[in-house]
Amino acid sequence: MITYSFNVEKENFVDAGVVSSKVKRILKQIGIPTAVLRNIAVACYEAEINMIIHSYGGEITLDIDDEGNVTLVFADVGPGIPDVEKALTPGWSTASAQARQLGFGAGMGLVNIKRVSDTFDLQTSPSGTTITITFRVA
Amino acid sequence: MKFLEIANILDAYLPFRNSDVLDKEYQYVFASDLMSDVLALVTMDSEETILVTGLVNPQTLRTAEMLDISLVILVRNKILTEDLIDQAQDHGIQLMTTKFSMFETCGLLYEKGFKVSR
Repeated sequence: MITYSFNVEKENFVDAGVVSSKVKRILKQIGIPTAVLRNIAVACYEAEINMIIHSYGGEITLDIDDEGNVTLVFADVGPGIPDVEKALTPGWSTASAQARQLGFGAGMGLVNIKRVSDTFDLQTSPSGTTITITFRVA
Repeated sequence: MKFLEIANILDAYLPFRNSDVLDKEYQYVFASDLMSDVLALVTMDSEETILVTGLVNPQTLRTAEMLDISLVILVRNKILTEDLIDQAQDHGIQLMTTKFSMFETCGLLYEKGFKVSR
């Protein structure tokens, strides 16, 4: 098992996507197939953007097991998602004007993440949200 | 169709020429200023897809990078910063700008047989 951790800062729009770019590069180097890699990159990028837009910041952890299967954990420190059902509804968004100017806030983030991953788990409370997604590569 | 032919059709400005994609054939187009829509809808054919957008910021190129899109067309003569050009070159993305609007750009490409990205 190989593990990498990356910090994500609240509202750091300048570096939005830098972690996802690193994750994609790492996985490309170890030979993850292109189609799976693209799904991982899309999910990671959407989740990273969500953390920047909506959370107080947190950490992204990338785990690669011995068979090459990938787990990504996005753990932030709050404020939590008040209504998960709404957050998972396509088109529903609470994104700021700044996020919308960057081309986000279409209400598709969580929907996209769930769609491209093999498993999706979301735990949320006012002290933080943790999204765990996995991708079978082997 | 190769990107130099596309540039000719759109009377486009190329800030640089990426030799890695010189012979690459593109056949699909996705046009949007909403990057979440791009991330949702372009998956299967994204390596042969052109992203047409009016949104000029680092997130446009990040979105292209995540999807392995190697050609981004910026409509209505958008001004490119050095940072944006560097970012595109670092990630092997060919940029071009055209005077045409999003509607005109899509129309011209549709006329040449480009298809919607699935």
